[in-house]
Amino acid sequence: MIPFDYQRAEDTRSAVATVTARPGAAFLGAGTNLVDHLKLGVAAPDLLVDVSHLPFDMIEPLAGGGVRIGATVRNSDLAVDPVIRQRYPMVSAALLSGASGQLRNVATTAGNLMQRTRCPYFQDVTTPCNKRRPGSGCSALEGYHRDHAILGASRHCVAVHPSDLAVALTALGAVVQVEGVKGARSIPIIDLYRLPDDAPQHDTVLEHGELITAVDLPALPMATRSTYRKVRDRASYAFALVSVAAAVDVERGTVRDVRVALGGVAHKPWRARRAEEALRGAPATDDAFRAAAEAELAGARPLRDNAFKVPMARNTIVATLRELTRREEP
Amino acid sequence: MDVEIGLRVDGEPHRLVVDTRTTLLDAMRERLGITSPKKGCDHGQCGACTVLLDGRRATTCLALAVAHDGAEIVTAAGLADGERLHPIQQALLDHDGLQCGYCTPGQVCSAVGMLAEAEAGWPSHVTADLSGAVELTDEEIAERMSGNLCRCGAYANIVAAIREAVR
Ligand SMILES: Cc1cc2nc3c(=O)[nH]c(=O)nc-3n(C[C@H](O)[C@H](O)[C@H](O)COP(=O)(O)OP(=O)(O)OC[C@H]3O[C@@H](n4cnc5c(N)ncnc54)[C@H](O)[C@@H]3O)c2cc1C
Ligand code: SF4
Ligand code: FES
Ligand code: FES
Repeated sequence: MIPFDYQRAEDTRSAVATVTARPGAAFLGAGTNLVDHLKLGVAAPDLLVDVSHLPFDMIEPLAGGGVRIGATVRNSDLAVDPVIRQRYPMVSAALLSGASGQLRNVATTAGNLMQRTRCPYFQDVTTPCNKRRPGSGCSALEGYHRDHAILGASRHCVAVHPSDLAVALTALGAVVQVEGVKGARSIPIIDLYRLPDDAPQHDTVLEHGELITAVDLPALPMATRSTYRKVRDRASYAFALVSVAAAVDVERGTVRDVRVALGGVAHKPWRARRAEEALRGAPATDDAFRAAAEAELAGARPLRDNAFKVPMARNTIVATLRELTRREEP
Repeated sequence: MDVEIGLRVDGEPHRLVVDTRTTLLDAMRERLGITSPKKGCDHGQCGACTVLLDGRRATTCLALAVAHDGAEIVTAAGLADGERLHPIQQALLDHDGLQCGYCTPGQVCSAVGMLAEAEAGWPSHVTADLSGAVELTDEEIAERMSGNLCRCGAYANIVAAIREAVR
């Protein structure tokens, strides 16, 4: 690990100014991803600006009925918040399916969203990886890629985004509040994350020094009936092979509105807009769910060893929608 | 870069100068000689380094010591009341909830933190009704303790011990 300086951020403005002015600087949340990367040599910042104590630890109502989640709210506190549990259960469920109790107790909302891929080559500095070292090649393309992307990948990178929380937030259409030296901006989470294209070193559209201060959830009444389903190799404490965040509004057997996002399948949390479109106005039946899932997955381009993810994603979408609609109409 | 920090561990105040690269785990083990928290994986994956950090269970191998200046830490060694073991510790002994014992201090701290979480009504991944009451079934205990690996595979007895301690 190369030596670095450490500063506890006094306020947003100085934290943003400090990191922006120093190309080697990075924000530090709880460190559960970044400190791992320091040890592995994946990241080598010369200054850490600790933003975990900034006063963004509140979950507050927004005018218009939404909810603002501060960037430093810890994953457990967000998961167990009574308003989140009741109005956005998919958010609680996504968080509770991730990491472990002792990690969730410290990990921050912003850190969770900005965590980097678990692609083993990305984490192993002895191997080529375009995301870690642009232009060095992608070891996963012909190597170990069972956990990798089936949608939206490029030959430059086939990694998937690891955050469960981000999948639920993508289904909800959350908006990320960002502070930079040029001022504040709001970024719909769907636009925060990038597909790899030819620049997989950039996970998001954030510029160096831009700080996430909050995430806003829209009012979205139908999210009270939402959930998150995660399929993984172990029953617990593992990243998703495939996951689905969904909310459905069904009236007399017909889908009025629906939100579906997929995790574990792409470089970004994947909003399943084609499936959503196919479902609006359709009967709430397994056949319709399957057809919608297939419409979404028609664009899947699996790799040699991860074709299993296509039927797995389809079945998980169907199972999740079935669970929600059965629950809605007893 | 060296920084002076203060830590309170098991009630004892300490002041020490650490390199910014030092983790909380290494600060305790290597600098303060507090070896109750163990280093298993050093990557947040095994839970052996779990302590109660400012009252909540947390891993310490991915936490930077400088970021925790002023922290209040309780390790498994600090949970006993003199010769009287904490009920979780006693239950682990009574149920053979350990073999080599390397994971045990982490299991103990994790269990104590986990029980407080359940007491506060926190749901888990296997809780059917996220807004309902929490009942610590074996399935709930196993899920909530899944961040603590045991290479000896004492899991069945660890769950039994915690089940017993809950009663
Ligand atoms: C063993 C293990 C298992 C895990 N399993 C899962 C899992 O199943 N599902 C899952 O979703 N996650 C999982 N995680 C990942 C975990 O959720 C993340 O490590 C955690 O959420 C990161 O939060 P942090 O506060 O520690 O971030 P840090 O590690 O401090 O930071 C992560 C990144 O975010 C940046 N950052 C931090 N704050 C801000 C900010 N305010 N604005 C802009 N950038 C910022 C940092 O610069 C850094 O690049 C696992 C982690 C471990 C170690
Ligand atoms: S998939 Fe992406 S992260 Fe993994 S080796 Fe290829 S370029 Fe690197
Ligand atoms: S040593 Fe900290 S989790 Fe393994
Ligand atoms: S008792 Fe040996 S690792 Fe758990």
